[in-house]
Amino acid sequence: MSNNPMLSLRDFSVSFDTARGPLYAVRNVNIDVADGESLGIVGESGSGKTVLSRGAMGLLPKRAAHRSGTVIYDDHDLSQAPRKELREYWGTGMAMIFQDPMTALNPVRKIGSQLTEGLRVRLQMNKRDAKARGLELLHRVRIPDPEAVMEKYPFQLSGGMRQRVMIAIALACKPRLLFADEPTTALDVTVQAQVMQLLSELRHEMGMSMVIVTHDLGVVAGHTDRIAVMYAGEVVEIAPTKRLFANMQMPYTEALMKSIPRLDAPSGQRLPVISGRLPDPTQPETGCSFASRCPYVTDKCRASTPPLVEVAPGHSYRCWFPIGGSR
Amino acid sequence: MAGSGKAHLRKSDDVILRVEDLTMEFPAGGKNFVRAVSGISFDIERGETLAIVGESGCGKSTLGKAILQLPKPTSGSVNFQGQELTTLNKDALRDIRPAMQMIFQDPVSSLDPRLSVGKIVDEPLAIWNRGDEVWRSNKVDELLNAVGLDPALVRDRRSYEFSGGQCQRISIARSLALEPLLLICDEPVSALDVSVQAQILNLLQDMKERYGLTLIFISHDLAVVKAVSTRIMVMYLGKVCEISSPDELYSNPRHHYTHALVSSVPIPDPNVAARRTTLEGEPPSPMDPPSGCRFRTRCPAATDLCAQEEPQLHEVSTGHYVACHWPRS
Repeated sequence: MSNNPMLSLRDFSVSFDTARGPLYAVRNVNIDVADGESLGIVGESGSGKTVLSRGAMGLLPKRAAHRSGTVIYDDHDLSQAPRKELREYWGTGMAMIFQDPMTALNPVRKIGSQLTEGLRVRLQMNKRDAKARGLELLHRVRIPDPEAVMEKYPFQLSGGMRQRVMIAIALACKPRLLFADEPTTALDVTVQAQVMQLLSELRHEMGMSMVIVTHDLGVVAGHTDRIAVMYAGEVVEIAPTKRLFANMQMPYTEALMKSIPRLDAPSGQRLPVISGRLPDPTQPETGCSFASRCPYVTDKCRASTPPLVEVAPGHSYRCWFPIGGSR
Repeated sequence: MAGSGKAHLRKSDDVILRVEDLTMEFPAGGKNFVRAVSGISFDIERGETLAIVGESGCGKSTLGKAILQLPKPTSGSVNFQGQELTTLNKDALRDIRPAMQMIFQDPVSSLDPRLSVGKIVDEPLAIWNRGDEVWRSNKVDELLNAVGLDPALVRDRRSYEFSGGQCQRISIARSLALEPLLLICDEPVSALDVSVQAQILNLLQDMKERYGLTLIFISHDLAVVKAVSTRIMVMYLGKVCEISSPDELYSNPRHHYTHALVSSVPIPDPNVAARRTTLEGEPPSPMDPPSGCRFRTRCPAATDLCAQEEPQLHEVSTGHYVACHWPRS
């Protein structure tokens, strides 16, 4: 095993062709995911976090999405790899859990058949071995009575159960890197806690790397080693999780943090909000992309784009006037 | 959990809605019935925001709709402003509907994609023949302004051109068109981003003050309801567990289910998050609920008594009611 990161994105950008011109969904992202690490990618809807994770795996439609920059997975450059080659890495190398377990599962096929498909195709297992492994997987994601669940259709399961099945499918071929795209957003709070707990346990058991994509900083707080905050297609702050919460520099990170409803806040008070909304991704702006919504904005922010600067090992941010700095 | 009982009902003249022993059953093939709501009683005073909290499948949405007689509940009483809704005929019920409005969880699919935003907000006014066209047009502008949308920019656009948060604003404008007294919000922010959630919650508070609304706020997220509610009712499998003011409920949850819900809320602090207790398993089927207290199969404090006898709501401190044989201290 080398010391190189499991996944390495360099100057990674994705744009889409639209009627209004190119839409820049992800812009010049540089991210590494180390072996066994858990990375959180946090941002609002439209910040490019889902496109980033799908783009890294090569799951975006080739014709509509233009990728640039490099994607290095386990010392292999996948940026220009044809789909056929990419398929070799899906399932066994990289796997993904999608946000909505109802639409990601095939409604007219039994759980057992969907769960063993990867095992049969990718690992060339025979029917009996695949079934045995399928049962073991369902057991592992804490599904009671796996035998019965194998014979059920997705609509017969609750949302939490379906998400567990999705996790089992993603883990079937023992991937080394798991992307979880909003794995708990469609779930109840109680089930959300269970699923996050399960993902963390499985990661440790299997020694996987994991990338958790979410809009909720609260969800990733206890389950990641590092967090990257995305805004308008860019990484605006990245830091080890504990350091980020203790020492956030970027006003956007602070705003995201403050907008989380908290149990320890007094009731009946107005919640702090991030006013305005994301800039139009088809119109690249000059200056800081957060300038139009930032409470601390100055003329300099509107005029020139702040570079990504490193304040401490592994902690970088994109801001002219960081929190705690001299304003 | 569970309980039945009416100890928590108030005698005040300010009660705008009183629900007693409300039960809602749906046929589930053969002789089976799903009892989505079984014997729930509660009341709301004018100007209050009552939050109804519970997991998926606990019957909270069904309860919200049953209040509006959508459809009529199987049994029980719904008294709105002194009028019994369950026995009203169709026409009388229709006359009372403008006073009770609802907004739904998925703001995008609850708006007609073929209608312009102006038409969507105008529709209730047109149906009820309120004012003439000029008056209605002004009213639509006023409503859109009130929810933070610029009428000149949005009136002629369609709902699919807007984000989820903006669609929820449009839904709110529409629900306020007929100047309702009671607004039932069914998971109004759970489909939205954290940052947009806060905007919509603040907007609902503003609208409540501006239009003198009474709100029922249905949600699975205790942290969200904390910000907006004046009273919280926790439900489990069609029954009431606990009713209290928000601050009391969070600092001193007496029901074991409420405690589990409170500790499931993600805390944005990496040092705290690892130490939380989570609720194991899933709720039992409402077709075949456990005997006695319905929460006993997942409750850490369950005893034989819990299987035999259903706990009744009783007052543990002023305004704080719990249905549990062994409440937490």
